[in-house]
Amino acid sequence: MKLRFRLNDEDKELDVEPFRRLLDVLREDLHLTGSKEGCGEGECGACTVLIDGAPVNSCLVPVAQLDGHDIRTIEGLARQGTDGEVLLDEVQQALVSFGGTQCGICTPGIALCASAALTREPNADRARLRELLAGNLCRCTGYQLIIDALVDAASTRRGNSKR
Amino acid sequence: MSKDHEDAPMTIGGSPDRVDGVPKVTGTALYVDDLEAPGAWHGATLRSDVPRGRFVSLTRAADFDWSDVVVVTADDIAGQNVVALIEDDQPSLVPVGGMICHREEALALVAAPTRAAARAALAHLTVVVDALPAVTTLDAALRADVAVHNDDNVLKRLEIHRNDDDIDEILARCAHVIEGTYETGAQEQMYIEPQGILAEWRGETCRVTGSLQCPYYVHKALVMLLGLPDDQVVVTQAVTGGGFGGKEEYPSMIAGHAALLARAAGRPIKLIYDRAEDIAATTKRHPARVHHRLGLDADGQLVAADIDVLLDGGAYVTLSPVVLSRAILHAAGPYRIPHVRIVGRALATNTPPHGAFRGFGAPQTTFAYERQMQKASRALGIDAFELRRKNLLRSGDSTATGQVLTDSVGSDAVLDTLSAALERAAPPAAARLGSLHSPVRRGRGLAFCFHGSGFTGSGEQRLAGRVTVACLPSGDFEIRSSSTDIGQGMLTIFSQIASQALGVPAARIVLSEPSTERVPDSGPTVASRTCMIVGRLVERACLALAEQLRAHAAANRLDATDLATVAAHRVAHAGPLAETCEHESPPGVEWSDETYTGAAYPVFGWAACLVDVAVDEDTREVVVERCIHAVDVGRAIHRRIVEGQIEGGTLQALGWALWEAVPYDDGRVLNPSMTDCIIPTSADAPELETLLVEMPFAHGPHGAKGVGEIPMDGPAAAVAGAIEDALGVACDVVPLLPEVLDVLLVDQPPQETLA
Ligand code: FES
Ligand code: FES
Repeated sequence: MKLRFRLNDEDKELDVEPFRRLLDVLREDLHLTGSKEGCGEGECGACTVLIDGAPVNSCLVPVAQLDGHDIRTIEGLARQGTDGEVLLDEVQQALVSFGGTQCGICTPGIALCASAALTREPNADRARLRELLAGNLCRCTGYQLIIDALVDAASTRRGNSKR
Repeated sequence: MSKDHEDAPMTIGGSPDRVDGVPKVTGTALYVDDLEAPGAWHGATLRSDVPRGRFVSLTRAADFDWSDVVVVTADDIAGQNVVALIEDDQPSLVPVGGMICHREEALALVAAPTRAAARAALAHLTVVVDALPAVTTLDAALRADVAVHNDDNVLKRLEIHRNDDDIDEILARCAHVIEGTYETGAQEQMYIEPQGILAEWRGETCRVTGSLQCPYYVHKALVMLLGLPDDQVVVTQAVTGGGFGGKEEYPSMIAGHAALLARAAGRPIKLIYDRAEDIAATTKRHPARVHHRLGLDADGQLVAADIDVLLDGGAYVTLSPVVLSRAILHAAGPYRIPHVRIVGRALATNTPPHGAFRGFGAPQTTFAYERQMQKASRALGIDAFELRRKNLLRSGDSTATGQVLTDSVGSDAVLDTLSAALERAAPPAAARLGSLHSPVRRGRGLAFCFHGSGFTGSGEQRLAGRVTVACLPSGDFEIRSSSTDIGQGMLTIFSQIASQALGVPAARIVLSEPSTERVPDSGPTVASRTCMIVGRLVERACLALAEQLRAHAAANRLDATDLATVAAHRVAHAGPLAETCEHESPPGVEWSDETYTGAAYPVFGWAACLVDVAVDEDTREVVVERCIHAVDVGRAIHRRIVEGQIEGGTLQALGWALWEAVPYDDGRVLNPSMTDCIIPTSADAPELETLLVEMPFAHGPHGAKGVGEIPMDGPAAAVAGAIEDALGVACDVVPLLPEVLDVLLVDQPPQETLA
């Protein structure tokens, strides 16, 4: 099946078997290995990508559903600066600075989910952030420093970082 | 937050950005399944599916196309058919005719061009097994009707005796005796990255890369299995998505399988477990039963403790002897007790072997002794803090094995720090209190504990871990150690230590890839030893190097404040320069394996944890409303990394206490999926209040001692004590799921007086 979609701000055309998992197509065909498989059944969120700005578990999505949509993976969350440097998303920068990543396997999913969440709900408080993040498991951090990071990222986006 | 200036050495005690942070947040860090391996096939494992029996035959379906499949059996093993560890009793693959000792025993391996093809091939292998009676519970193992190990099913027995000749009489004379039996279940590490290995052969050399904690453990196992000399096996750690002990011993099994398949297929093999296989087959925390009798005098002074510890070791010896050792060495707790008898046994059952998981036996015995202290506090009407302060070990006191504590004893300090924090207002509750429907009961529990840092007894001396630091021609310094970063921050902490010792900026420090062809054996990444023991080696090597470089600078009239430039000059004009340091135990650390007396650990960490819970009386749902954890870490080299260790460990412990059950039926895990084998989400987790206490340890880098495991030890007892306080029923098991509480409440009607 021929699919057209946008992937990380670029137009893509792909001829694939329609029922393959989006996660596999990203990792195997497109060599975008930032999306991880932790469970394969929609529990852990390590495979999170954004479709039209909303987080989804790519292990549960047949690739056919991409047709005509806009996909962002972790590889497309940071932007390129004018002279080629990597400009991290506020969420990514805060996760680095606040120790919100340890082993890092959950981090791509958490960064994407949190970035989308803060776009939708820029004033989410800690308790709300915990709910918004509840689909992304992290076994390393106890979530405390992740939530600290997201609170900071939210305030950076609003124009004042404590970092 | 505190950004180190780029030209200055990294500071100690701040929170510079993690050196592996950017690759991890941008998705460019490469974990084993992300590695490109042109031409690689995928492996799969055929398992026994009976708890015990004789492997009679293996046949391939005649109507299946086997042309693009390789099949490997025990016959293909060139070396010894064992997974080398403490005792070489566990086979890599059960041979036809051999004994099957648990349901996840590997019988054969297949590889094919895709994962799906490999799985399809598995389905076309037929196994015939003569099933035999099995032992799958602690009670059955004790009865020994069926002997699956020796004639008593005891894998290991260890004892501690301190003035215990007439301990039964002494207990009989005590004003108060508290007695209880405490059961704790298996716990899954549930690292988010399942286990996996990539193996390939280059000529006669086998190279494996994977998700693992201990490259040299895997190396040793492969040398034996493949019958190769040391230098024809190369083991490299890929970026690893969590370990917590779960990637200490099992990677040796997977690496062996992947290596055998790669040899047979003549191409690289990826053997990556899916979640179901990972949960079912790999190790978990040992289920335990601890019987504990504690005698106190009328004032609440501890007099005697008589403790019996049982661990379910599973089907093979694996690490159970050392887990048992740590379990009994912590069983009497951080208290002064004149008379102590501890008997520990690890029993064999026909379940997949239980193994390393953060805490390594100590959480099980800590749960028991702190539940006992909570009960004693109630029975005697003595405040929880006061009872601990009356009995805790201080500098100059000795432990149950007679180890006199002198250095870095943070016992009072953690309790004082915790009680001071209680005066402050709680942070706004995080958890879904709103989901509780009244009526709600509330309770509070305290736990106090210690945890030995580093290997037990003479372990560190025997191991003699080494680290090399080398000057590179560029003027950079390369740290070569086999310690692995499994998320705990080793890369960053070693960079800080080296940067400080050499007085050079972070950019000058390079960490060598943890590959056995490049780094010496620094010992495994386990036992809260990486920062304290190996970090100290990094520091010593750097200091020795700095001294040599300063001499070189003086001889050559170079600016000795810029050692990077000096190092480049030294290498260019006088050849390579490197320093290797080997571990030397501090003087006076004496331990006897025969009598189990002496200095069990170089030093102890100390912790106090307080938990407030709310329990919904109708649904029995428990919400942790407050969790404060004060931990003496010696010195925090990196504040946020240390906090992150404590918080991650604390939540794993809360999970073990409240939610994380791994039920077995006849040796089979009943919930091998993330959907059913749950771990806490961000919405389940409370706001964690972490308090660092710093009582420097003279022999650790900058005073640091272990922190990785201690946060796992105390919180479960604090939770159980808090629920007991709320409901008035004795909570002597974990996890305390609503259905468990329901049974407890039916069995023992609440006594208001307990609360
Ligand atoms: S892999 Fe998709 S949710 Fe876990
Ligand atoms: S950082 Fe390891 S799972 Fe989140």
